[in-house]
Amino acid sequence: MLLANDQAEMTKVAVVGPDPVPGAAKSKRRGKPVTIVEYTDAHWVARIEAIARDQDQAAFVDLFRHFAPKVKAFLIKSGADASLAEECMQDVMATLWRKAHMYDPARASVSTWIFTVARNRKIDLLRKYARPEPEDLPWGPEAEPDQADVIALQQESSKLAEALKELPEKQRVLIERAYFGDLTHSEIAAETGLPLGTIKSRIRLALDRLRHNMT
Amino acid sequence: MTDVNHHISDDLLMGYAAGALPQAFDLVVATHVSLSEDARARLTGFEAIGGAVLDRVGEAELAEDSLEATLARISGVEPEERSAPEQSEGIFPTPLQRVVGGDLDAVNWRSVGMGVKQAVLHSGKDGSARLLMIPAGQAMPVHGHRGLEMTLVLKGAYSDDDGRYARGDIEIADEEMHHTPIADAGEDCVCLIATDAPLKFDGLLPRIAQPFVGI
Repeated sequence: MLLANDQAEMTKVAVVGPDPVPGAAKSKRRGKPVTIVEYTDAHWVARIEAIARDQDQAAFVDLFRHFAPKVKAFLIKSGADASLAEECMQDVMATLWRKAHMYDPARASVSTWIFTVARNRKIDLLRKYARPEPEDLPWGPEAEPDQADVIALQQESSKLAEALKELPEKQRVLIERAYFGDLTHSEIAAETGLPLGTIKSRIRLALDRLRHNMT
Repeated sequence: MTDVNHHISDDLLMGYAAGALPQAFDLVVATHVSLSEDARARLTGFEAIGGAVLDRVGEAELAEDSLEATLARISGVEPEERSAPEQSEGIFPTPLQRVVGGDLDAVNWRSVGMGVKQAVLHSGKDGSARLLMIPAGQAMPVHGHRGLEMTLVLKGAYSDDDGRYARGDIEIADEEMHHTPIADAGEDCVCLIATDAPLKFDGLLPRIAQPFVGI
Protein backbone atom coordinates (compact mmCIF):
# COMPACT_ATOMS: atom_id res chain seq x y z
CA MET A 1 0.00 0.00 0.00
CA LEU A 2 1.34 3.41 -0.91
CA LEU A 3 1.51 5.72 2.01
CA ALA A 4 -0.21 8.89 1.04
CA ASN A 5 0.98 11.73 3.17
CA ASP A 6 -1.37 12.99 5.80
CA GLN A 7 -2.03 16.21 4.01
CA ALA A 8 -3.61 14.36 1.13
CA GLU A 9 -5.69 12.27 3.51
CA MET A 10 -7.52 15.20 4.97
CA THR A 11 -10.58 15.92 2.99
CA LYS A 12 -12.28 18.46 5.09
CA VAL A 13 -10.33 21.04 6.98
CA ALA A 14 -12.83 23.33 8.53
CA VAL A 15 -11.87 26.34 10.54
CA VAL A 16 -14.78 27.18 12.73
CA GLY A 17 -15.60 29.51 15.53
CA PRO A 18 -15.84 28.93 19.26
CA ASP A 19 -17.22 25.71 20.64
CA PRO A 20 -17.49 23.91 17.34
CA VAL A 21 -18.32 20.47 18.62
CA PRO A 22 -21.00 19.49 21.10
CA GLY A 23 -19.26 18.49 24.28
CA ALA A 24 -16.15 20.45 23.43
CA ALA A 25 -17.00 23.00 26.13
CA LYS A 26 -14.25 21.77 28.41
CA SER A 27 -11.70 22.66 25.77
CA LYS A 28 -9.17 25.12 27.09
CA ARG A 29 -9.08 26.65 23.65
CA ARG A 30 -12.60 27.87 23.97
CA GLY A 31 -12.98 31.16 22.19
CA LYS A 32 -10.09 30.56 19.84
CA PRO A 33 -10.65 29.25 16.35
CA VAL A 34 -10.33 25.47 16.37
CA THR A 35 -9.27 23.44 13.42
CA ILE A 36 -11.21 20.26 12.96
CA VAL A 37 -9.65 17.70 10.74
CA GLU A 38 -11.70 14.86 9.39
CA TYR A 39 -9.56 12.05 8.18
CA THR A 40 -10.59 9.90 5.29
CA ASP A 41 -10.56 6.13 5.37
CA ALA A 42 -7.14 6.12 3.63
CA HIS A 43 -5.65 7.69 6.75
CA TRP A 44 -6.98 4.90 8.95
CA VAL A 45 -6.01 2.19 6.46
CA ALA A 46 -2.43 3.50 6.66
CA ARG A 47 -2.61 3.31 10.48
CA ILE A 48 -3.77 -0.31 10.43
CA GLU A 49 -0.97 -1.12 7.99
CA ALA A 50 1.58 0.57 10.23
CA ILE A 51 0.37 -1.59 13.12
CA ALA A 52 0.54 -4.76 11.06
CA ARG A 53 3.91 -3.98 9.50
CA ASP A 54 5.82 -2.10 12.21
CA GLN A 55 3.81 -2.71 15.38
CA ASP A 56 3.53 1.06 15.41
CA GLN A 57 2.17 2.10 18.82
CA ALA A 58 1.72 5.74 17.79
CA ALA A 59 -0.55 4.58 14.96
CA PHE A 60 -2.50 2.55 17.51
CA VAL A 61 -2.88 5.51 19.84
CA ASP A 62 -4.12 7.59 16.90
CA LEU A 63 -6.66 4.88 16.04
CA PHE A 64 -7.67 4.54 19.68
CA ARG A 65 -8.31 8.24 20.19
CA HIS A 66 -10.60 8.36 17.19
CA PHE A 67 -12.44 5.04 17.42
CA ALA A 68 -12.48 4.01 21.10
CA PRO A 69 -15.09 6.65 22.13
CA LYS A 70 -17.26 5.62 19.15
CA VAL A 71 -16.99 1.91 19.90
CA LYS A 72 -17.91 2.55 23.53
CA ALA A 73 -20.88 4.72 22.48
CA PHE A 74 -22.00 1.99 20.09
CA LEU A 75 -21.86 -0.61 22.86
CA ILE A 76 -23.78 1.59 25.28
CA LYS A 77 -26.47 2.20 22.66
CA SER A 78 -26.54 -1.57 22.20
CA GLY A 79 -27.52 -2.04 25.83
CA ALA A 80 -24.21 -2.44 27.66
CA ASP A 81 -23.72 -0.48 30.89
CA ALA A 82 -20.75 1.88 31.05
CA SER A 83 -18.34 -0.52 32.75
CA LEU A 84 -19.15 -3.46 30.47
CA ALA A 85 -18.91 -1.14 27.45
CA GLU A 86 -15.48 0.07 28.63
CA GLU A 87 -14.24 -3.49 29.13
CA CYS A 88 -15.64 -4.64 25.81
CA MET A 89 -14.26 -1.59 23.98
CA GLN A 90 -10.75 -2.30 25.31
CA ASP A 91 -11.10 -5.89 24.07
CA VAL A 92 -12.17 -4.63 20.67
CA MET A 93 -9.27 -2.18 20.40
CA ALA A 94 -6.77 -4.85 21.48
CA THR A 95 -8.28 -7.20 18.88
CA LEU A 96 -7.63 -4.60 16.17
CA TRP A 97 -3.95 -4.66 17.16
CA ARG A 98 -3.77 -8.45 17.13
CA LYS A 99 -5.73 -8.91 13.91
CA ALA A 100 -4.30 -5.98 11.95
CA HIS A 101 -2.94 -8.40 9.36
CA MET A 102 -6.42 -9.76 8.68
CA TYR A 103 -7.84 -6.43 7.58
CA ASP A 104 -8.54 -6.25 3.85
CA PRO A 105 -9.10 -2.65 2.64
CA ALA A 106 -10.55 -3.91 -0.66
CA ARG A 107 -13.50 -5.42 1.19
CA ALA A 108 -14.25 -3.08 4.06
CA SER A 109 -13.54 0.42 5.26
CA VAL A 110 -11.75 0.66 8.59
CA SER A 111 -15.02 1.77 10.25
CA THR A 112 -16.79 -1.27 8.81
CA TRP A 113 -14.07 -3.61 10.01
CA ILE A 114 -14.16 -2.12 13.50
CA PHE A 115 -17.97 -2.37 13.49
CA THR A 116 -17.79 -6.11 12.72
CA VAL A 117 -15.22 -6.72 15.48
CA ALA A 118 -17.33 -4.74 17.96
CA ARG A 119 -20.54 -6.49 16.91
CA ASN A 120 -19.03 -9.95 17.40
CA ARG A 121 -17.60 -9.05 20.81
CA LYS A 122 -20.98 -7.61 21.77
CA ILE A 123 -22.71 -10.89 20.89
CA ASP A 124 -20.08 -12.80 22.90
CA LEU A 125 -20.62 -10.66 25.97
CA LEU A 126 -24.28 -9.64 25.87
CA ARG A 127 -25.78 -12.75 24.29
CA LYS A 128 -23.15 -15.13 25.60
CA TYR A 129 -22.37 -17.18 22.55
CA ALA A 130 -19.72 -17.25 19.88
CA ARG A 131 -21.46 -16.28 16.70
CA PRO A 132 -20.77 -18.54 13.70
CA GLU A 133 -18.84 -16.66 11.03
CA PRO A 134 -18.73 -17.54 7.33
CA GLU A 135 -15.71 -19.40 6.02
CA ASP A 136 -13.31 -16.84 4.60
CA LEU A 137 -12.17 -16.95 1.00
CA PRO A 138 -8.91 -18.67 0.28
CA TRP A 139 -5.94 -16.40 -0.17
CA GLY A 140 -2.19 -16.81 -0.10
CA PRO A 141 0.11 -15.07 2.36
CA GLU A 142 1.44 -12.86 -0.43
CA ALA A 143 -1.97 -11.73 -1.68
CA GLU A 144 -2.03 -7.93 -1.73
CA PRO A 145 -5.27 -6.06 -2.27
CA ASP A 146 -5.63 -4.36 -5.63
CA GLN A 147 -5.19 -0.60 -5.14
CA ALA A 148 -7.98 0.25 -7.58
CA ASP A 149 -10.33 -1.96 -5.55
CA VAL A 150 -9.22 -0.29 -2.33
CA ILE A 151 -9.84 3.21 -3.67
CA ALA A 152 -13.18 2.27 -5.22
CA LEU A 153 -14.33 0.68 -1.94
CA GLN A 154 -13.30 3.79 -0.01
CA GLN A 155 -15.28 5.98 -2.39
CA GLU A 156 -18.34 3.74 -2.11
CA SER A 157 -18.11 3.63 1.68
CA SER A 158 -17.99 7.39 1.89
CA LYS A 159 -20.96 7.70 -0.50
CA LEU A 160 -22.88 5.28 1.71
CA ALA A 161 -22.05 7.33 4.81
CA GLU A 162 -23.24 10.48 3.00
CA ALA A 163 -26.44 8.74 1.94
CA LEU A 164 -27.13 7.64 5.51
CA LYS A 165 -26.66 11.22 6.66
CA GLU A 166 -29.08 12.49 4.01
CA LEU A 167 -31.90 10.07 4.91
CA PRO A 168 -35.02 11.45 6.56
CA GLU A 169 -34.49 11.23 10.29
CA LYS A 170 -37.20 8.67 10.95
CA GLN A 171 -35.72 6.29 8.42
CA ARG A 172 -32.16 6.83 9.64
CA VAL A 173 -33.14 6.22 13.25
CA LEU A 174 -34.77 2.94 12.27
CA ILE A 175 -31.57 1.76 10.56
CA GLU A 176 -29.47 2.81 13.54
CA ARG A 177 -31.79 1.00 15.92
CA ALA A 178 -31.45 -2.15 13.82
CA TYR A 179 -27.66 -1.98 14.14
CA PHE A 180 -27.80 -1.31 17.87
CA GLY A 181 -29.79 -4.52 18.20
CA ASP A 182 -32.92 -2.63 19.18
CA LEU A 183 -35.12 -4.38 16.63
CA THR A 184 -35.96 -8.05 16.39
CA HIS A 185 -35.16 -9.76 13.11
CA SER A 186 -38.81 -9.72 12.10
CA GLU A 187 -38.89 -5.94 12.61
CA ILE A 188 -35.89 -5.36 10.37
CA ALA A 189 -36.74 -4.24 6.86
CA ALA A 190 -33.84 -4.13 4.45
CA GLU A 191 -35.58 -1.47 2.37
CA THR A 192 -33.23 1.17 3.68
CA GLY A 193 -33.31 3.65 0.83
CA LEU A 194 -29.51 3.41 0.76
CA PRO A 195 -27.60 2.80 -2.47
CA LEU A 196 -26.19 -0.68 -1.79
CA GLY A 197 -26.09 -1.85 -5.41
CA THR A 198 -22.79 -0.24 -6.33
CA ILE A 199 -20.97 -1.21 -3.16
CA LYS A 200 -22.13 -4.77 -3.67
CA SER A 201 -20.81 -4.79 -7.26
CA ARG A 202 -17.48 -3.36 -6.08
CA ILE A 203 -17.09 -6.01 -3.42
CA ARG A 204 -18.10 -8.66 -5.92
CA LEU A 205 -15.30 -7.53 -8.25
CA ALA A 206 -12.79 -7.57 -5.40
CA LEU A 207 -13.92 -11.08 -4.40
CA ASP A 208 -13.64 -12.30 -7.99
CA ARG A 209 -10.12 -10.91 -8.23
CA LEU A 210 -9.17 -12.51 -4.94
CA ARG A 211 -10.45 -15.85 -6.14
CA HIS A 212 -8.80 -15.44 -9.54
CA ASN A 213 -5.44 -14.67 -7.92
CA MET A 214 -5.60 -17.96 -6.11
CA THR A 215 -6.07 -20.11 -9.20
CA MET B 1 -18.19 -22.26 -4.99
CA THR B 2 -21.75 -23.33 -5.45
CA ASP B 3 -23.94 -21.82 -8.11
CA VAL B 4 -26.84 -20.77 -5.95
CA ASN B 5 -30.29 -20.31 -7.46
CA HIS B 6 -32.39 -19.60 -4.39
CA HIS B 7 -30.95 -16.71 -2.43
CA ILE B 8 -31.37 -15.51 1.10
CA SER B 9 -33.53 -12.43 1.68
CA ASP B 10 -32.03 -9.00 2.30
CA ASP B 11 -33.93 -8.76 5.58
CA LEU B 12 -32.16 -11.80 6.99
CA LEU B 13 -28.75 -10.71 5.68
CA MET B 14 -29.21 -7.30 7.25
CA GLY B 15 -30.33 -8.93 10.49
CA TYR B 16 -27.18 -11.07 10.45
CA ALA B 17 -24.98 -8.03 9.69
CA ALA B 18 -26.61 -6.19 12.59
CA GLY B 19 -26.18 -9.18 14.91
CA ALA B 20 -29.93 -9.34 15.53
CA LEU B 21 -30.78 -12.88 14.43
CA PRO B 22 -31.59 -15.79 16.73
CA GLN B 23 -28.61 -18.08 17.24
CA ALA B 24 -30.05 -20.85 15.05
CA PHE B 25 -30.44 -18.45 12.10
CA ASP B 26 -26.87 -17.17 12.54
CA LEU B 27 -25.62 -20.67 11.83
CA VAL B 28 -27.69 -21.02 8.65
CA VAL B 29 -26.67 -17.59 7.34
CA ALA B 30 -22.96 -18.16 8.09
CA THR B 31 -23.13 -21.52 6.32
CA HIS B 32 -25.04 -20.13 3.33
CA VAL B 33 -22.65 -17.17 2.94
CA SER B 34 -19.76 -19.67 2.92
CA LEU B 35 -21.36 -21.22 -0.17
CA SER B 36 -22.59 -18.16 -2.05
CA GLU B 37 -20.46 -15.35 -3.42
CA ASP B 38 -23.56 -13.27 -4.04
CA ALA B 39 -24.68 -13.53 -0.42
CA ARG B 40 -21.14 -12.68 0.71
CA ALA B 41 -21.07 -9.48 -1.36
CA ARG B 42 -24.55 -8.45 -0.20
CA LEU B 43 -23.65 -9.16 3.42
CA THR B 44 -20.52 -7.01 3.10
CA GLY B 45 -22.76 -4.20 1.84
CA PHE B 46 -24.96 -4.48 4.94
CA GLU B 47 -21.88 -4.52 7.16
CA ALA B 48 -20.78 -1.29 5.45
CA ILE B 49 -24.00 0.28 6.77
CA GLY B 50 -22.84 -0.81 10.22
CA GLY B 51 -19.56 1.03 9.58
CA ALA B 52 -21.47 4.17 8.60
CA VAL B 53 -23.64 3.87 11.74
CA LEU B 54 -20.49 3.54 13.90
CA ASP B 55 -19.02 6.66 12.28
CA ARG B 56 -21.92 8.80 13.42
CA VAL B 57 -22.80 7.18 16.72
CA GLY B 58 -21.22 9.94 18.80
CA GLU B 59 -18.59 9.55 21.48
CA ALA B 60 -18.83 8.08 24.97
CA GLU B 61 -16.54 9.28 27.71
CA LEU B 62 -13.74 6.81 28.33
CA ALA B 63 -12.48 5.62 31.69
CA GLU B 64 -9.59 7.71 32.95
CA ASP B 65 -7.00 5.00 32.43
CA SER B 66 -8.63 3.68 29.26
CA LEU B 67 -5.73 4.19 26.88
CA GLU B 68 -3.11 3.00 29.39
CA ALA B 69 -5.14 -0.10 30.19
CA THR B 70 -5.52 -0.91 26.50
CA LEU B 71 -1.82 -0.30 25.81
CA ALA B 72 -1.07 -2.70 28.67
CA ARG B 73 -3.23 -5.32 26.96
CA ILE B 74 -1.23 -5.11 23.74
CA SER B 75 2.13 -4.66 25.42
CA GLY B 76 4.46 -7.39 24.22
CA VAL B 77 1.77 -8.80 21.95
CA GLU B 78 2.80 -9.10 18.34
CA PRO B 79 0.07 -8.75 15.74
CA GLU B 80 -0.77 -12.25 14.56
CA GLU B 81 0.80 -13.47 11.34
CA ARG B 82 -1.48 -13.42 8.38
CA SER B 83 -2.49 -17.02 7.94
CA ALA B 84 -4.59 -18.57 5.24
CA PRO B 85 -8.16 -18.97 6.50
CA GLU B 86 -9.51 -22.36 7.35
CA GLN B 87 -11.02 -24.03 4.32
CA SER B 88 -13.45 -26.88 4.59
CA GLU B 89 -12.75 -29.70 2.18
CA GLY B 90 -15.81 -31.64 3.19
CA ILE B 91 -19.54 -31.30 2.59
CA PHE B 92 -20.05 -28.91 5.49
CA PRO B 93 -18.57 -25.42 5.37
CA THR B 94 -16.38 -24.46 8.36
CA PRO B 95 -19.03 -22.75 10.56
CA LEU B 96 -21.21 -25.88 10.43
CA GLN B 97 -18.24 -28.20 10.98
CA ARG B 98 -17.41 -26.27 14.15
CA VAL B 99 -20.89 -26.91 15.55
CA VAL B 100 -21.09 -30.54 14.44
CA GLY B 101 -17.53 -31.29 15.46
CA GLY B 102 -16.65 -32.64 12.03
CA ASP B 103 -18.11 -33.28 8.63
CA LEU B 104 -21.14 -35.31 7.50
CA ASP B 105 -19.64 -38.55 8.88
CA ALA B 106 -19.42 -37.02 12.38
CA VAL B 107 -23.15 -36.28 12.66
CA ASN B 108 -24.93 -37.99 15.52
CA TRP B 109 -28.10 -38.97 13.63
CA ARG B 110 -31.33 -40.06 15.26
CA SER B 111 -33.94 -41.86 13.23
CA VAL B 112 -37.32 -40.11 13.10
CA GLY B 113 -39.08 -42.75 11.02
CA MET B 114 -39.49 -43.61 7.35
CA GLY B 115 -35.73 -43.58 6.87
CA VAL B 116 -35.54 -39.89 7.72
CA LYS B 117 -32.79 -38.95 10.16
CA GLN B 118 -32.33 -35.86 12.25
CA ALA B 119 -29.66 -34.32 14.44
CA VAL B 120 -30.56 -31.38 16.68
CA LEU B 121 -27.66 -28.91 16.80
CA HIS B 122 -29.22 -26.19 18.86
CA SER B 123 -32.46 -25.93 20.76
CA GLY B 124 -33.40 -22.94 22.83
CA LYS B 125 -36.20 -20.53 23.51
CA ASP B 126 -35.09 -18.41 20.53
CA GLY B 127 -35.39 -21.32 18.12
CA SER B 128 -33.65 -24.42 16.95
CA ALA B 129 -31.24 -25.68 14.32
CA ARG B 130 -31.00 -29.21 13.08
CA LEU B 131 -29.70 -31.36 10.28
CA LEU B 132 -32.12 -33.52 8.39
CA MET B 133 -31.40 -36.38 6.00
CA ILE B 134 -34.13 -37.47 3.61
CA PRO B 135 -33.52 -40.70 1.68
CA ALA B 136 -33.24 -40.36 -2.10
CA GLY B 137 -36.58 -40.16 -3.87
CA GLN B 138 -38.59 -39.91 -0.67
CA ALA B 139 -41.28 -37.38 0.14
CA MET B 140 -41.44 -35.79 3.52
CA PRO B 141 -44.90 -35.75 5.07
CA VAL B 142 -46.71 -32.43 4.88
CA HIS B 143 -45.62 -30.48 7.89
CA GLY B 144 -46.40 -27.21 9.46
CA HIS B 145 -44.16 -25.33 11.84
CA ARG B 146 -44.31 -22.37 14.11
CA GLY B 147 -42.50 -19.17 13.24
CA LEU B 148 -40.10 -18.68 10.38
CA GLU B 149 -38.23 -21.66 8.98
CA MET B 150 -35.00 -21.54 6.96
CA THR B 151 -33.84 -24.57 5.01
CA LEU B 152 -30.36 -24.74 3.48
CA VAL B 153 -29.46 -27.67 1.22
CA LEU B 154 -25.99 -29.11 1.80
CA LYS B 155 -26.07 -32.30 -0.24
CA GLY B 156 -28.42 -33.75 -2.83
CA ALA B 157 -31.53 -31.79 -3.74
CA TYR B 158 -35.26 -31.63 -3.15
CA SER B 159 -38.22 -30.17 -4.97
CA ASP B 160 -41.48 -28.72 -3.73
CA ASP B 161 -44.20 -26.49 -5.14
CA ASP B 162 -41.75 -23.60 -5.32
CA GLY B 163 -39.00 -25.25 -7.30
CA ARG B 164 -35.91 -27.36 -6.97
CA TYR B 165 -33.38 -26.71 -4.23
CA ALA B 166 -29.79 -27.94 -4.47
CA ARG B 167 -26.54 -27.36 -2.55
CA GLY B 168 -26.28 -23.79 -1.35
CA ASP B 169 -29.93 -22.97 -2.04
CA ILE B 170 -32.02 -21.57 0.72
CA GLU B 171 -35.79 -21.71 1.25
CA ILE B 172 -37.64 -19.49 3.69
CA ALA B 173 -41.10 -20.53 4.84
CA ASP B 174 -43.51 -18.92 7.27
CA GLU B 175 -46.16 -20.76 9.27
CA GLU B 176 -48.75 -20.37 6.54
CA MET B 177 -46.72 -22.46 4.18
CA HIS B 178 -47.24 -26.20 4.05
CA HIS B 179 -44.73 -27.59 1.65
CA THR B 180 -44.11 -31.18 0.66
CA PRO B 181 -40.45 -31.57 -0.20
CA ILE B 182 -39.45 -34.60 -2.25
CA ALA B 183 -35.77 -35.59 -2.34
CA ASP B 184 -34.25 -36.13 -5.77
CA ALA B 185 -33.84 -39.74 -6.79
CA GLY B 186 -30.29 -41.04 -6.71
CA GLU B 187 -28.91 -39.16 -3.73
CA ASP B 188 -29.92 -38.67 -0.12
CA CYS B 189 -30.68 -35.05 0.65
CA VAL B 190 -29.03 -33.37 3.65
CA CYS B 191 -30.38 -30.02 4.84
CA LEU B 192 -29.69 -27.60 7.66
CA ILE B 193 -32.99 -26.30 9.05
CA ALA B 194 -33.58 -23.53 11.55
CA THR B 195 -36.74 -22.07 13.05
CA ASP B 196 -37.18 -19.11 15.34
CA ALA B 197 -39.82 -20.90 17.43
CA PRO B 198 -38.92 -23.50 20.05
CA LEU B 199 -39.12 -27.13 19.09
CA LYS B 200 -42.31 -28.77 20.24
CA PHE B 201 -40.30 -31.39 22.08
CA ASP B 202 -37.48 -30.66 24.43
CA GLY B 203 -35.23 -33.66 24.04
CA LEU B 204 -36.25 -35.10 27.40
CA LEU B 205 -39.01 -37.21 25.89
CA PRO B 206 -38.19 -40.70 24.75
CA ARG B 207 -36.94 -40.87 21.22
CA ILE B 208 -40.04 -42.70 20.08
CA ALA B 209 -42.16 -39.70 20.98
CA GLN B 210 -40.16 -37.44 18.70
CA PRO B 211 -41.57 -38.09 15.26
CA PHE B 212 -42.04 -35.28 12.78
CA VAL B 213 -43.33 -32.96 15.41
CA GLY B 214 -41.69 -29.63 15.00
CA ILE B 215 -39.82 -30.39 11.78
